[in-house]
Amino acid sequence: MADLQDVLKQAQQSVADSTDLQSLDEVRVQYLGKKGEFTAQLKELGKLPGNERKAAGQVINDAKRAFQQTLEEKKQQLEAEKLNAQLSSETVDVTLPGRGQQAGGLHPVTRTMKRIKELFSDLGFDVAEGPEIEDDFHNFEALNIPSHHPARAMHDTFYFDANTLLRTHTSPVQVRAMEKTEPPLRLIAPGRVYRCDSDLTHTPMFHQVEGLMVDKNVSFADLMGTLDRFLRLFFENEKLQTRFRPSYFPFTEPSSEVDIQCVMCEGEGCRVCSHTGWLEVLGCGMVHPEVFKHAGIDNEKFTGYAFGMGVERLAMLRYGVNDLRLFFENDIKFLKQFK
Amino acid sequence: MKISQNWLHEWVNPQTDLDEFCSTITMAGLEVDSIEPAAGEFTKIVVARVVSVEKHPDADKLNICKVNVGSDELQIVCGASNVREGLVVACATIGAVLPGDFKIKKSKLRGVESFGMLCSEKEMGLADQADGLMELPDDAPIGTDVREYLKLNDTIIEVDLTPNRADCLSVAGVAREVATLYQSKINEVKISEVPVGIDDTFAVTVSATQACPRYTGRIIRGVDTQAITPLWMVEKLRRAGIRSLGPCVDVTNFVMLELGQPMHAFDLDVLKGGIQVRMATTGEKITLLDGKEIATTENTLLIADDNQPLALAGIMGGENSGVSDKTQNLFLESAHFNPLSIAGKAREYGMHTDSSHRFERGVDPELPIKALERASQLLIDICGGQAGPVVDQTSNADLPVREPVQLRLERVNRMLGIEFKAPEVESILTRLGMQLKKTNDGWLVNAPSFRFDIAIEADLIEEIIRIHGYNNIPRKLPVYQPVMKPLVEAEIGLQRIKDILVERGYYEAISYSFVDPKWQAAIDPDLAPVKLANPISSDLSVMRTSIWPGLLKAVQHNLNRQQSRVRLFETGLTFVQQGDELVQKARVSGAITGALVAEQWSADEQKVDFFDAKSDIEAILSPAGLKDVYFEKAQHPALHPGQSAQIFKKNKAIGWIGALHPNTQKKLDIDPPVYVFEIDQEALLEGAVPGFSSLSKFPEVRRDLAVLVKQEIAVEELVKSIKSVTSEIFQEILLFDVYTGTGIEDGLKSVALGLILQGFSSTLTEEDVEKEINKIITVLNDRYGATLRE
Ligand SMILES: [Zn+2]
Repeated sequence: MADLQDVLKQAQQSVADSTDLQSLDEVRVQYLGKKGEFTAQLKELGKLPGNERKAAGQVINDAKRAFQQTLEEKKQQLEAEKLNAQLSSETVDVTLPGRGQQAGGLHPVTRTMKRIKELFSDLGFDVAEGPEIEDDFHNFEALNIPSHHPARAMHDTFYFDANTLLRTHTSPVQVRAMEKTEPPLRLIAPGRVYRCDSDLTHTPMFHQVEGLMVDKNVSFADLMGTLDRFLRLFFENEKLQTRFRPSYFPFTEPSSEVDIQCVMCEGEGCRVCSHTGWLEVLGCGMVHPEVFKHAGIDNEKFTGYAFGMGVERLAMLRYGVNDLRLFFENDIKFLKQFK
Repeated sequence: MKISQNWLHEWVNPQTDLDEFCSTITMAGLEVDSIEPAAGEFTKIVVARVVSVEKHPDADKLNICKVNVGSDELQIVCGASNVREGLVVACATIGAVLPGDFKIKKSKLRGVESFGMLCSEKEMGLADQADGLMELPDDAPIGTDVREYLKLNDTIIEVDLTPNRADCLSVAGVAREVATLYQSKINEVKISEVPVGIDDTFAVTVSATQACPRYTGRIIRGVDTQAITPLWMVEKLRRAGIRSLGPCVDVTNFVMLELGQPMHAFDLDVLKGGIQVRMATTGEKITLLDGKEIATTENTLLIADDNQPLALAGIMGGENSGVSDKTQNLFLESAHFNPLSIAGKAREYGMHTDSSHRFERGVDPELPIKALERASQLLIDICGGQAGPVVDQTSNADLPVREPVQLRLERVNRMLGIEFKAPEVESILTRLGMQLKKTNDGWLVNAPSFRFDIAIEADLIEEIIRIHGYNNIPRKLPVYQPVMKPLVEAEIGLQRIKDILVERGYYEAISYSFVDPKWQAAIDPDLAPVKLANPISSDLSVMRTSIWPGLLKAVQHNLNRQQSRVRLFETGLTFVQQGDELVQKARVSGAITGALVAEQWSADEQKVDFFDAKSDIEAILSPAGLKDVYFEKAQHPALHPGQSAQIFKKNKAIGWIGALHPNTQKKLDIDPPVYVFEIDQEALLEGAVPGFSSLSKFPEVRRDLAVLVKQEIAVEELVKSIKSVTSEIFQEILLFDVYTGTGIEDGLKSVALGLILQGFSSTLTEEDVEKEINKIITVLNDRYGATLRE
């Protein structure tokens, strides 16, 4: 019988020499398997006299346990190494871009209209829509703009025939709403409008959001407060100054234009605001009694206000777009900027 | 309207500076559009007389002039064609600086020394254009600084007047408004009756008294139309943007600018019989002052004589009856035309004049005689002559009446949301020249004759806050009682559809609703589009019947700008004439071309095809439910015949999908294949409220079948047939392969289907499954001759 200590030493050396889990397992079989060295040693025990057997067995088992511990430690070490190797081989460059479809984006006009709609929706304004090919009555007559009215010249209307036209504003939507629904009314009408005009600062189609509120005691002070609040929230500037300037629209009386302090120069005066420090952004007023009359609303019982704003104008000021025509070229490089 | 500050100051001169002044009138509704100096910045230009003119020996177009500048006589080389001996001119001397920082130095022109420059109006920044040297009056004091002589230290204020404020279309009108705002005194120009030197009158007959309630005029004999309009008048006209055209026209223009009354001067000796103010009959011909010949329509008010029309009343005079160089005797017209009789008329004839602009907005009916006297005086002062008596044809019954307007204090405060007291209201309205009579709850208010815009209570309310100051009203937020509104769960918002497309890589486009007829015809050749009567250009002249033309134009725009991968969608109305009805239908449209995903490091490029577009459609259809949706092979003139389908929902056609036909691509000049779709919004937005069906606790069973069918049989047909025979244990069908090629007989295809079955009351037995599968195999075989693939 070989010296047990030699066997153990040799076994531990074999473990140490193992470089992978497979060769380690071979070492385990070599020493602990059915024909393994420690097994053989234990089998030899039978040949010993009975009184020595226990002590000898103890010695062998101690050696075996020592070997098993070495084996286990080595196994864990090799497993850890193997996992590390695997992890290291699986390492990716996390800075590479993600795979698959990338999101596109909404048009800045939609984005702006959405913002306007959301702000007014908090005040209970519903969205209303209407036809874009309109009749003369809803676009003009019902809004107190009879055919000979000088304001017609300012509308540069696209016609199909004497009575059919492309709406020049979204105000006809208000008329249609008033015809259909009894006050109280709170609505905004976003949409495409058309004017026969095209140059650096005009496109033949653009977008407007019109608003209408009709109730028993709606006042000009309410109109001013609402628009002032809206503009501050829209531009996310609590300090934004607004001013109301007398103006003229056939469908409102009193009428007003609303200027905001120039968002480019904060009122200091710049090219954008023609050095006035102010930018015109809205038209508004109290609904004209003639408009109520056309819509069948009692002018004594109800009062109302209306306002209208150009969406592209607001988008240009909000995002700093310097050319109106870009909105309709649909250049992806432009659209991408409003994702 | 352009107004000279100096001129205005002759009328009213509040103690304020220019900025404050402009801000005050702007905030009162007279919006200041621009403020410009009356002349460019220049120094050292003096009044000078050309003493002699000699041809330059070496230059045809140049003259060598001796010029007296008062203190000295200078040699100046000049190229202007109107330079002549004795002419009084503006001369820039050595050291002068002209607009644009142009310095005058001693120079040599073709070898001849020049010690200054003779100036045109353009060179001094007085006008945008000039034909030659500015000619100064003969009596201009030689040596005087031109700036001082022409009183050029003046500012031109351009006011953008709203159509309701015609009363401010004159210096007098603006002065009146300024005096009200500043509560300052107004210095009206003194107008007295011109001494009548002759008895001649000219007959005036007004038959259209409603359209022309007042017509006044007079003869002035012996005028010298060659007289020179005085410089002060020329300069006032110039600063208002009107060119001097001879003394008679200048005077009528001047009075229009000063008082607001448009006037007209006829050559008396051309007129036959008498003046007739009448409505035109259709087709009367007249050649106007601008040389344009027009044929009248009915409802046009004419000034005519016994023979022919002389002028379109209130719009423009005729060429033949106007003042010419030969004119010696005038008939001067000053009338009141009813705004309604002029309104829209000029536009109908494609014209717009200073006169029509004023008359259609309303000119003070009390003004004609005053203006006539003023013009007569000025004319006689300049051109000499003798005035005849004033002829005044007034139909009092037809003159505009300022009905008193009821004004209630309670209404003022309710409308404005403010607490005015009666004295404040009275004070403001009185300052505006209104007359008030107290009533129980307010006043009866009479507006002055020039205020055509005051007709109802709301007009007065506007006047009150206009003078009080809009921005002096406290701003309130209306008290809002929130209400819960109906929320229709089955309704899907368009925003959701847009968001889905955006998530799938689309950018939203917005294209014009009117398109090029050529593009329109390439897409929808069988539909006649609705045509605009007055398009802005021929390539934007028909209304789109589909969103595709505009969207494809955008695709092309991007392809031409090195974007090989384009994914765009647009929503909006399309316009189709169906019999008598014009249908304006909202649609969603998309177009894709190029790679499926943006070029990336980890995937090979894959070009989009029909099925990519289809999956996008399915994605946007899914919120409303795909259950009743199917696609059917169909032919569209713009689409590839083998790759186009019509989309149906609940058996109603709702849209199209397909590859653009190569011919369409060629017509539109788009090279790479483009896949398009278009669906009615209605079909996308009408969903349903989900309903629960219980879940089975028993295991699912999957059976895969590969069947061989003729290639032309649509898979959708197979699926429909399967669904028509299955029982309640049938759950779902997965289509996992379609194959043709090696191993499959020509003309056939192999379709691999995964059938998912599940029991609800028990686990399915082999027998249950076999029974279901056999039904399926049988129906496919019966209907399509399908066989199982070995
Ligand atoms: Zn600015």
